[in-house]
Amino acid sequence: MVRINGEDKAAAGKSLCDYLQEAGYDRRAIAVEYNEVILPKQDYETTVLQDGDVVEIVCFMGGG
Amino acid sequence: MEKQEDCLVIGGHRFYSRFILGSGKYSLQLIEAAVRDAGAEIVTLAVRRANTKEQENILDYIPKGVTLLPNTSGARNADEAVRIAHLARELGCGDFVKIEIMRDSKYLLPDNGETIKATERLAKEGFVVMPYMYPDLNVARDLVEAGAAAVMPLAAPIGSNKGLATKEFIQILIDEIDLPIIVDAGIGKPSEACAAMEMGAAAIMANTALATAGNLPLMAAAFKDAIAAGRKAYLAGLGRVLTRGAAASDPLTGFLHD
Repeated sequence: MVRINGEDKAAAGKSLCDYLQEAGYDRRAIAVEYNEVILPKQDYETTVLQDGDVVEIVCFMGGG
Repeated sequence: MEKQEDCLVIGGHRFYSRFILGSGKYSLQLIEAAVRDAGAEIVTLAVRRANTKEQENILDYIPKGVTLLPNTSGARNADEAVRIAHLARELGCGDFVKIEIMRDSKYLLPDNGETIKATERLAKEGFVVMPYMYPDLNVARDLVEAGAAAVMPLAAPIGSNKGLATKEFIQILIDEIDLPIIVDAGIGKPSEACAAMEMGAAAIMANTALATAGNLPLMAAAFKDAIAAGRKAYLAGLGRVLTRGAAASDPLTGFLHD
């Protein structure tokens, strides 16, 4: 299982790019932290998710 | 006489509006009107886990040319604030960051000590750092040393609309700190924003006062006018206050008697 935004997902073996697309994320609007390191967008295709990975997918929201 | 340019300089960037607008707690559809009617050039944002159910990107609603000021809300210490600042930069907002670090979820008061640490680290990395803080002169001096581009003392607890509860202490920062003092949090009414500007605040940040108003764009316009009025009054220099008695405004000769 891969821990994505605090939830376990059966995403091991998929590229991050494929996961984001399948899950319905808008790539323009997000930033990804992969095992505590910010992942440049050009690495989304080549990053393959593995069991135990921790991924945070964030975006801007309204705030003060 | 040529009109002198009055601009706000933060980290080398020049702004002609002194109203920093929050974007929280109201619909994305209202942001454009709020920014327009506020005349705002800086808008704050938060960074949160993305939700695939919400497909709308807030950046599509913020007019081009507006400087984005992401905050580090949700951070409980300097490490978390630095992490959020890095993610915000990756989201493509430029180099501005408002540091907001809270350990306390009841009063949402900023942790000044951790805020100094985060300011130092992010300023060294080249961020334009605008720390939200509890108004304390010693802490403000440490923030200057740490490389802050402005200091953002709270007027009252976040979202409270209680006004200038810390007025005396904000005045000390204005008088002693050689950086823009931007009053952030707690300002509930245009008159309070005006009062802070009359005191010499460099700018006002407001969110909840607008988000909870009956008509948001109209309140944005009211704040804009109040902030501009307060700024002009500050630049003009307020008239003196008598400790007692009165002083006639009219000539003291030529009365129609005797």
